[in-house]
Amino acid sequence: MRFKDVFSIIGPAMVGPSSSHTAGAARIGRTARHLFGECPSHAEILMFGSFAATYKGHGTDTAIVGGLLDMNTDDPGLPDAFAHALTAGMETNIRPGTGLYPHPNTVEIELSNAAGNRTLNMVGTSIGGGNIEIVRINGYHLKLTAVYPTLIIRHRDEPGVIAVVTRLLVDHHINIGHMSVDRKNRRGEAMMVLECDGKMHPAVIRQIEALSEVHDVTLLCL
Amino acid sequence: MNFRTLKQLAELAETRNLTLGQLMLEEQCHETGEDKDTVFTQMQAYYEIMKSAVHQGLHTDTTSKSGLTGGDARKLMAYRTEGQSLLGDHASLSMSYALAVSEVNASMGRIIATPTAGSCGIIPGVFISSQERFAWTDEQMVYGLFASGAIGYVIANNSFISGAEGGCQAEVGSAIGMAAGALVDIRGGSPSQAIHAVGLALKNTLGLICDPVAGLVEIPCIVRNGFGAITALGAADMALAGVRSIIPSDEVVQVMLEVGSAMPESLRETAGGGLAQTPTGRKITSDLQHK
Repeated sequence: MRFKDVFSIIGPAMVGPSSSHTAGAARIGRTARHLFGECPSHAEILMFGSFAATYKGHGTDTAIVGGLLDMNTDDPGLPDAFAHALTAGMETNIRPGTGLYPHPNTVEIELSNAAGNRTLNMVGTSIGGGNIEIVRINGYHLKLTAVYPTLIIRHRDEPGVIAVVTRLLVDHHINIGHMSVDRKNRRGEAMMVLECDGKMHPAVIRQIEALSEVHDVTLLCL
Repeated sequence: MNFRTLKQLAELAETRNLTLGQLMLEEQCHETGEDKDTVFTQMQAYYEIMKSAVHQGLHTDTTSKSGLTGGDARKLMAYRTEGQSLLGDHASLSMSYALAVSEVNASMGRIIATPTAGSCGIIPGVFISSQERFAWTDEQMVYGLFASGAIGYVIANNSFISGAEGGCQAEVGSAIGMAAGALVDIRGGSPSQAIHAVGLALKNTLGLICDPVAGLVEIPCIVRNGFGAITALGAADMALAGVRSIIPSDEVVQVMLEVGSAMPESLRETAGGGLAQTPTGRKITSDLQHK
């Protein structure tokens, strides 16, 4: 189901004016920030569809920047996100994108750090009422909603890696609600995304990280 | 959730002898693994924010950043207080409250998306005014929010709730359906009566386009929240009186999906058509760009 529960319909608490363009946009920005793991020094933001047509009026740009600064949907500082970005040393470049896009409210975010050795490319869609779907991470076509504790695991495409990871989750009584996998090529680089129920014990993450086929693990918990 | 359609929702509530609100609270607890207190408390906090937004909209300056809107809720309250309202006391109060919350949203104040920010005035408008009139408790109102959430959950998953996807019928239309069904539920109507109210309300908003002038959630969004509150009250009254939606409400939800999908992109929150592209709409857009 695209909309998961009662609070995806009633809620979120937010600062106006648009749940798709403000709350959803802020959540997409915040998801990118958490996937990136630190405050980026540079953000390229490409708007598509209704986002491209009306982002200035709705403050969608402001909301995404607020999200990148780790602000929540009802953060009173959200309308002043650009000023806060200046203070935080985050440069932003926002423009309409070209080409096809997966949803009427789509944004592509490219983040980099000051050293220039870390980047993140993420495509997110705002599907209504402040709910979002992330549909691409660093070129991998995956799906996550940022509603649940989510494991994003970069690994080698080898037989059994998924089984070992899910077995570790079983051992810790963690249930998987949704899962997606994509790979660059056979036996090459791959990524799996696991949306889980309940709390994620740090020990599980350490155990997954210790697997030889696993490159890195990110826990997204907004 | 153990239901995917409005019919299943009503049947499940009737089988378990619960109101829609009580059923949704149980379903939510099952879905998230949280206890009733936690879930109820969160919804209660949302209701408090709705009440604050009504208060803020009626007692503070709600002029939006663009300067285009604000202050209409207060105008309506003043007119109502003079005993001038054609609609009468209760309906005009609902409408004022709905405008108040929607104006708070346009001025970037704190609101609860119900189901969206563009439609955030309708549920608080009819809920808070009805609570004052019938002396309902906060607990009853919070159950009402769960009922409206159950209805919105079905609409959102079978159709859509965003203007960019389905036009304003998806935003304001869904909110009216959610409010109407929930009012029937709170007033003690049967679950199936509540579902009829949803169908009656949605039928009256099919085809409603999303055409925000200058891309702002102000014109015509704010007044549509006011009108939406009135439609919700009307649909609830009809259902409570025994009027049925002859076209089953689930079929109406499907039609909303079809109509919204057939709608040209210019009428789906792009500001590329409708009121946004009238001579005045274009002038406002151009004036704001040069401001």
